[in-house]
Amino acid sequence: MVKKRGQEKIGKIKGFSIQFLPYSEIRLLDGNGRIRKILDIVLGNNILILQGRLRAEEESRLIGDTMAMIGHVKNFKGIELAVVASNGEQNLFNKFKSNMANALLGGDLGAVTIIGPASIVKEIKRNPKKIELLLNK
Amino acid sequence: MAIKIFRDFFKRIFSGLFANKSDIKLGFYGPPNSGKTSLANRICKDWTGEEIGSVSKVPHETRNVQFKEKVEIAYKGKKMMFKMIDTPGIATKIDYEDFLKYKVNKKDARERAKEATQGIIESIKWLDDMDMVVIVLDSTKNPYNQVNITIIGNLVARKIPVLIVANKIDLRKSDVKKIEAAFPEYDVVGISARLGKNLEEFYESIFRVSKKKK
Repeated sequence: MVKKRGQEKIGKIKGFSIQFLPYSEIRLLDGNGRIRKILDIVLGNNILILQGRLRAEEESRLIGDTMAMIGHVKNFKGIELAVVASNGEQNLFNKFKSNMANALLGGDLGAVTIIGPASIVKEIKRNPKKIELLLNK
Repeated sequence: MAIKIFRDFFKRIFSGLFANKSDIKLGFYGPPNSGKTSLANRICKDWTGEEIGSVSKVPHETRNVQFKEKVEIAYKGKKMMFKMIDTPGIATKIDYEDFLKYKVNKKDARERAKEATQGIIESIKWLDDMDMVVIVLDSTKNPYNQVNITIIGNLVARKIPVLIVANKIDLRKSDVKKIEAAFPEYDVVGISARLGKNLEEFYESIFRVSKKKK
């Protein structure tokens, strides 16, 4: 079979998978539990697409825990992280509405969080309207 | 009884006065190599004659939180006393091999990476202790970086006033408008810490933003 251009490059990446995690899987977990679950997935060479987003303090905690693992987990160099939030420019009423909805649902379910191991994801390029995952060769 | 009331009254007044006079803890946060130490050095040099730390082209030069106490800044007749806190750049990944490109030997690169991870943990811990934070961004780079958003999100959650500095405006690729567009709810000042460009506006913003302090 003749390989098309581009397929060869993909073949060079050592195994990884993309996992989608619905928010319901982390809704009832505390901050520790959420971070542990996320890092377990990422350490298994998976790119995680999480419905919703972590709280600000959980995001910084995730970075801190990631740093603590570098040097202790073989070949782990950290993570690439990006959050695509649902709320762009909003007026006061819409902001109030989405805050209410978020409070009722327990998080911003319109957002998407992408987390991948730095050994696989070279960079997550983003601007307000699009997001690109650049993978390591 | 009357003496006790007088004594308590004066104690309250004086303790209030001294509480207001305590130094404002001003933190410098941002990604690595954005110019946090260059800016902190520039300010410290301007007002105390001494620098706070060393700068380098190699990322993660600052790997410990650095302080400079009693930095008094004057602007248009007003004076404020700051404790400057320069923090290691926050990143989500550290690879010692990245340092090899800067001709750092392998052993030193590994050590630098180890210290950098500790520095990031320390930076994050210090977020709770700040009265006010200057986020220093490299205006030649894409500001839509999750680290920037995470730091700002943490500061907002803690009700800590934020000033965003778009550094390196002396470089051709600098785009302050892009940073303003990325963070429309915050004060953004374009400066060059290296050349000391536009620092007057920076000091003015510091005084203005400090009024939002708890």
